[in-house]
Amino acid sequence: MQPIVSARGLTKCYDGQAVVDGVALEVLPGECFGLLGPNGAGKTTTLRMLLGMTPPDGGELQVLGYAIPEQGRVMRRQLGVVAQQDNLDPDFTVVENLRTYASYFGIKLGEHHPLIRKLLAIASLEHKAGARIEELSGGMKRRLAIARALVNDPQLVILDEPTTGLDPQARQIIWQRLRALLNEGRTLILTTHYMDEAQRLCDRLAIMDHGAILDVGSPTELIERHIESHVVEVHGPGLQRWLDAGDGRWVLRSERVGETLFCYTDHERELVEALCEHQGLHYLSRPADLEDVFLKLTGRELRE
Amino acid sequence: MRTLLRALLARRWAAVWRRNARVWRRLAGPALLGNIGEPLLYLLALGYGLGSFVGEVEGMDYITFLASGFVCASVMNTASFEGVYSAYTRMAVQETWTAMLYTPLDVHDILLGEAFWAASKSLLSAVFILVVAYFLDAVHGWQVVWVLPVALLTGVAFAGMALVMTAISRSYDFFLYYFTLLLTPMLLFSGVFFPLDGMPEAVQQAAALLPLTHAIELVRPLMTGQPVTGIALHLGVILLYCMAGLTLAGHLIQRRLFR
Repeated sequence: MQPIVSARGLTKCYDGQAVVDGVALEVLPGECFGLLGPNGAGKTTTLRMLLGMTPPDGGELQVLGYAIPEQGRVMRRQLGVVAQQDNLDPDFTVVENLRTYASYFGIKLGEHHPLIRKLLAIASLEHKAGARIEELSGGMKRRLAIARALVNDPQLVILDEPTTGLDPQARQIIWQRLRALLNEGRTLILTTHYMDEAQRLCDRLAIMDHGAILDVGSPTELIERHIESHVVEVHGPGLQRWLDAGDGRWVLRSERVGETLFCYTDHERELVEALCEHQGLHYLSRPADLEDVFLKLTGRELRE
Repeated sequence: MRTLLRALLARRWAAVWRRNARVWRRLAGPALLGNIGEPLLYLLALGYGLGSFVGEVEGMDYITFLASGFVCASVMNTASFEGVYSAYTRMAVQETWTAMLYTPLDVHDILLGEAFWAASKSLLSAVFILVVAYFLDAVHGWQVVWVLPVALLTGVAFAGMALVMTAISRSYDFFLYYFTLLLTPMLLFSGVFFPLDGMPEAVQQAAALLPLTHAIELVRPLMTGQPVTGIALHLGVILLYCMAGLTLAGHLIQRRLFR
C-alpha cells in the first residue's frame, strides 16, 4: 500500500534554529493520523510543509505520491484543508462561500447544485444557507470550514486543531463528521491539544516536541509502551505520613507534582486497598491514558 | 517573469477576479455614486470656477484639459486603493489569500487576479468620468475609445506598485507613506491640473519617469481629438511599470506567505 504521506529527514530552520528537526512520517491510506505536541513543538510547521506552504530546508517529502513543494499545485487538487482560523470569506453567505471556494478548483457549482446541498447537510447548515458568516456560531463556522474543504472530494483532509475553542456539544458533532469522512475512506491528518480527541479519533499518532517526533503508534500502543496500566493520583494531608510509612510496594513508579503524587501501577486494587487503611488521603484511581504518555514524553513544565 | 506569463495564460487568476467582482457587486451602489458624483463635482467646481480665470490651456477649455487629467488620476487612485487597502485586508486580515493557497491557486494566480481586478475598477472609473466629460462637451471624436485600453494598462501598472506596498506592509498606517510620498506628488506633477511646460527643467525630467505622466500624454489627445505622438514610448513606460511592479510584488508576496 502506497503511503499517503511519506517524509524523511524533514527539517526547517528559522534564524539558524531548527523548528522541525529531521522528522520522519508515514501516513497510510484511510487512517486518521494525529500530531500531538505542546505549543512550539513544530506541529504547525510540519503541517505547512505538507501543504507545500513552507519549503523545507532539508529532507524528502511526498504527499499523495507528489513531491512537495515542487508538485504542490497538482497535489492540492486532491487535498482538503481546515485551518485553525477557519478563514471563511466574511463578504459572502454560507452558500457563496462554498461556490467561491469550488471556483478556486475550477469547479462551477450552481446555487442548487446537488453537491451544495450535500455539503450543507454535512455542515448541518441547511437552514443557514443564505446567512452571512458573522451570523454563525463558532461551531457552525468550523462545520462550514470542514464542508468547504470537501468541495473537491479530497482523498486527504488536513485539519489544524479542528475543535479548539468549541463547546462540548459542538466538538461531538465535529467528531461525528470526521468519523464519517473516515468511513468514506478518506485519510485525515490532524493536530490537537486534546488528548481525549486524539484517543477517540486517531488510529495512530505521533507525539512531537522540540521539532522531533518522540514516538509514533496507536493510542493503546503508546500507553502500553510508556505507562503502567493504572494511575492513582494521591493527595491530602496524610500523604507525607503514608510515604514515610514506606507502604508503597504496589507502586511501580511514582512522580510528585506539587501536592499530588502520581502512582503508576499494574495492581491498582491492592494499592487502593492499602490507601484505604490510611487517614487523610484523597485518591483518584483511573486507567492510564494518553495524557500520561504525553506528559511523560514532553515533561510537565509550562510552555508559553 | 516567465512564471508570471505562464500564470497569465493559464487563466486560473480569473477565479480570484470573479471572487472580488462578486463582493463588489454587493456594494456597487455607494461605490458607483462615489465614482460618478465625486469627479463630477470636482470637474464642475475646478473646471468652471478655476477655468474662468485660466481661460484656454494648450488650445482647449480648461475643463476639457482637466477632464482628461482626471480620467488618469482616477485610474491611479482606484487601482492604488484597491491594491493596498482592499488587497491588504484580504491578505493579512481576512486570510482570503491563505485559503486560496490551499487550493490549486498559487501566488501568481492571486497576484494577477488582484491586479486585473484593481485595473478593472480603474477602467470602470475611467468610463464614468468619460461619460461625465462627454456631457460637459470635453470629449471630441471617436478615438476616445482608445482611452479604455490605456486606462486598463495604467490600472495594472498602479495595481502592481500597490501590491508591492501591500507585500511589505505590516499595518494600514504604512500606506500613508506611499500615498503621501509617492502618489500625491505624482498627482500634482504629472500634468493633471496644469501643463508641465511651465515647470523647471528638473521637474519636467522627473515627471517623465512617472507612469501617470505618460498615461496623460496618451489620454489627453485621445479625448480631445488631437494627434497622438510618441505612442511607443508612452505605452513602453507604462508597460515597464506593469512588469516591474508585478514581478517584484510576486517575489515579495511569495517570500512573505511561504515562510
